Amino acid sequence: MTFIPKPKVRHPSLPRNELGLTRRDYEGALSTLCAGCGHDSITAALTEAIWGLSLEPQNIAKLSGIGCSSKTTAYFVGGAHGFNSVHGRMPSIAMGANAANRNLSYIGVSGDGDTLSIGLGQFCHAIRRNLNMLYVIENNGVYGLTKGQFSASADMGTKAKKGDTNQQPPIDPVLLAMNLGASFVARSFSGDKEQLVPLIQAGLRHRGFALIDVLSPCVTFNDHEGSTKSYAYTREHYEPAVNADFVPFEREIKAEYAEGERLPVVLHDGSRILLRKIAPDYDPTDRVAASAYIQERLAEGEFLTGLLYIDEGQKEFHELNATPDGPLNGLSLPALSPGAKGLDKIMARYR
Amino acid sequence: MPPTDTSHPDYFHRVVDCQWACPAHTDVPEYIRLIAQGRFTDAYMVNRESNVFPGILGRVCDRPCEPACRRGRVEDKPVAICRLKRVAADHKDEFADRLPQVPAAKNGKHVACIGAGPASLTVANDLLPLGYRVTVFEQFGEPGGLMRTNIPSFRLPQAVLDEEIGAIARMGADIKLGHPVKSMKELLERGGFDAVFVGSGAPKGKELKLPGRQEGAANIHIGIDWLESVAFEHVKQVGREVLIIGVGNTAMDCCRTSLRLGAQHVKVMARKPRQFFKASAWELDDAEEESVAIIVNRSPKEFVVEGGKLKGMRFDVMEYDIDASGRITAERVTGEEFLAADDVILAIGQENAFPWIERDLGIEFDKWSVPKVDAQTFQSTRAGVFFGGDAAFGPKNIIWAVEHGHQAAISVHRHCQGEPVGERLAPGVNLQSRKMGMHEWSYANDYNPVERRLVPHVSLKERFKKLNIEVELGFTAEQAAAEVQRCLNCDIQTVFEAKLCIECDACIDICPTDCLTITADGAETDLRTRLRAPAQNLGQPLYVSTPLKQTGRVMVKDEDLCVHCGLCAERCPTAAWDMQKSFVKWPHAEDQPPTCQSSLPKIA
Repeated sequence: MTFIPKPKVRHPSLPRNELGLTRRDYEGALSTLCAGCGHDSITAALTEAIWGLSLEPQNIAKLSGIGCSSKTTAYFVGGAHGFNSVHGRMPSIAMGANAANRNLSYIGVSGDGDTLSIGLGQFCHAIRRNLNMLYVIENNGVYGLTKGQFSASADMGTKAKKGDTNQQPPIDPVLLAMNLGASFVARSFSGDKEQLVPLIQAGLRHRGFALIDVLSPCVTFNDHEGSTKSYAYTREHYEPAVNADFVPFEREIKAEYAEGERLPVVLHDGSRILLRKIAPDYDPTDRVAASAYIQERLAEGEFLTGLLYIDEGQKEFHELNATPDGPLNGLSLPALSPGAKGLDKIMARYR
Repeated sequence: MPPTDTSHPDYFHRVVDCQWACPAHTDVPEYIRLIAQGRFTDAYMVNRESNVFPGILGRVCDRPCEPACRRGRVEDKPVAICRLKRVAADHKDEFADRLPQVPAAKNGKHVACIGAGPASLTVANDLLPLGYRVTVFEQFGEPGGLMRTNIPSFRLPQAVLDEEIGAIARMGADIKLGHPVKSMKELLERGGFDAVFVGSGAPKGKELKLPGRQEGAANIHIGIDWLESVAFEHVKQVGREVLIIGVGNTAMDCCRTSLRLGAQHVKVMARKPRQFFKASAWELDDAEEESVAIIVNRSPKEFVVEGGKLKGMRFDVMEYDIDASGRITAERVTGEEFLAADDVILAIGQENAFPWIERDLGIEFDKWSVPKVDAQTFQSTRAGVFFGGDAAFGPKNIIWAVEHGHQAAISVHRHCQGEPVGERLAPGVNLQSRKMGMHEWSYANDYNPVERRLVPHVSLKERFKKLNIEVELGFTAEQAAAEVQRCLNCDIQTVFEAKLCIECDACIDICPTDCLTITADGAETDLRTRLRAPAQNLGQPLYVSTPLKQTGRVMVKDEDLCVHCGLCAERCPTAAWDMQKSFVKWPHAEDQPPTCQSSLPKIA
């Protein structure tokens, strides 16, 4: 880590978004992660993506659990709401916050330990409910905060810094999410912002649970030879299948696309994701075929990346439960509280 | 594009914009850091090595460094480099014992310098420590040349001149005052000199031949001659109404001097609009602060003389068409105007003049009577005769004269040692890491957003009481302490080792001014459009690495707006980036190769 804060000075010709803010206005606190940590690059990608969408900081809620990854939420959009929860319990907090105020953009940042070990159950149920949030896993295959033990996403045969070989099969969050019926599943790499930034934007605009599993090398404990999550190994074995270009609604109106080259997916707010297929036979809207292809490639040691599956047709949590349109804090007291008589009525239903 | 060759001495030198812009290549950031540490004498000596006259230049330098200063691009105002130089000079202690030692035993070579201005004095400064005898011939009773005669004492006090010239005199320069050279032929044939350096300046003010010039001569003055007469106290007053013709820096000195000699209304008359003025912006500001009126678009037509006495001047009122690129495409006269004047001072330029150099000595002149001088060696067409300062290529400024002196001294040295003058030691750059440990760098790398400090001036009430009251007071300790923090340490270079890079993007994410990009290689014009922030300053080359190990992309740095905060190096997990201080070695006479030095006596 470094103790020297990033100075406030900025490039004088930095572009401004619709709110008149520069990228620098979306930064957060000084990162205390190791220099060269993949997580910091993801922070930069999040900053860039959120700036690009012109989101208002006060309408963003950042949520996280415990671990190196979960510190990330402190490092972007300093003006947003934030909740650093108990280990693995971030989805519950997100659930509660989202239930109370559906109008915020929810960004959960978690790690492979927080999501796939202690928080696996929570993660699965957030997917089942199709909770409207962006869920980013900063996936490095090790427990960095406790000095580099294998995590649940460590690949078979990968070597620890001290030489141990991992012999347990990994849990792949992408395949898990596909199986659980997730409506937006993506994989990317911290070292490829060109791919990652539009994915984050698409995920934020997707209505429902958007998972992005980001391979994010641990520069301190998992960047050596023999590791399958090092910068070098990831670069050799990550295979973009579908790149997604996010096109905001405002620009969408004028855009025209050549047939066949790009597959546009219309989001609920009218903006689009243009899918650029790199693997020609891959269909990111066919859950079964996509799952099979991801597994095929995994068996050959290749991590398929990009927007791997999307289904804009699924109902999200609020639709499923017919909740009120606005945040609960906007409801009047009589609407919020049924009163003694109302409660009696409810109780009577269960007698 | 091809990877940047950082071993070329110019590459890192150019990043230090101030040093690159300085004709004498003064190590500006280094001396500013020394001031920040309160090491004023050290700061003074760093200055002196390059520019010889820090106290003088800290007041009146043309400061090409300041428009070049990167701070002026990152924010809006450059570091007050020139005034910080003065801080070093004002607060220094005794420095005589730090001057180069002059050997008691001489090397047997004797050099003549003509004119005791900055160029000649620099030649003496460089050659005396090498064992040369140097004789300087000066026509006036005081040394300093145009620094003394043309720069008014309210800008440059006599005491400062005396101190810095005195240092060279004490090194053993034999300055013969009141000793004009009347014949070059005689000097060359009977002087017994091994080399002659002509640093006689550009002492001839340009004339304005208009009707009435002869008749009104008593009240029409040539600017530089008039300033000289004021400096030597031959002129002590001027009329109530004064017109200055011309709008260069000499005009600024003339108008402000007039105000101190009794003028009530001073008008500076310019032919063209303000954007074409030759005077430095700060000199215009200082004159206007003193209520000098600057009147544009007036072209002198005639001097109006009645009864043998100057009454004023008549001007054509001009109008110009200016195109988008700022050039004048057409001009026309739209009327006429008479302005009353008791005195008119002509400040429309000056030139060098050599009536005392016979034309049959092998020293060739061109059709404008300007000597043919080699731009690198400063040698004339006669071996052993060198020109420098304004005498060589016409009027420039003091700092150029100093650099000419340095270069001519190298030539004189090589000439006297029988070496070819054209074969000179090339400039070099040394780099030295500034990493001290974990998160520790041996320079202050935090960006201080403080704004440029203003130098306090003597009040408008007080300053006109005497001619020699110095207007600028210099920075206070607090102001200097704030101003030094504005320097961006551009000499602490970001040095990249491509083979160590793992392309983690840490440097790119942390760079506050978006200087860094990792991208596919391409032609420069294409690359400039693909960077994180547009690289629009074409004068500042891109720093392009060799292909990176993992992806074959290249690291590109746009040096233009780098604030040298060192966070790229701080954040780099593999130390592919390092912060290294560049020492630009701009060779002087003492640095010439050993073959040249072997015949020199040892310093005791």
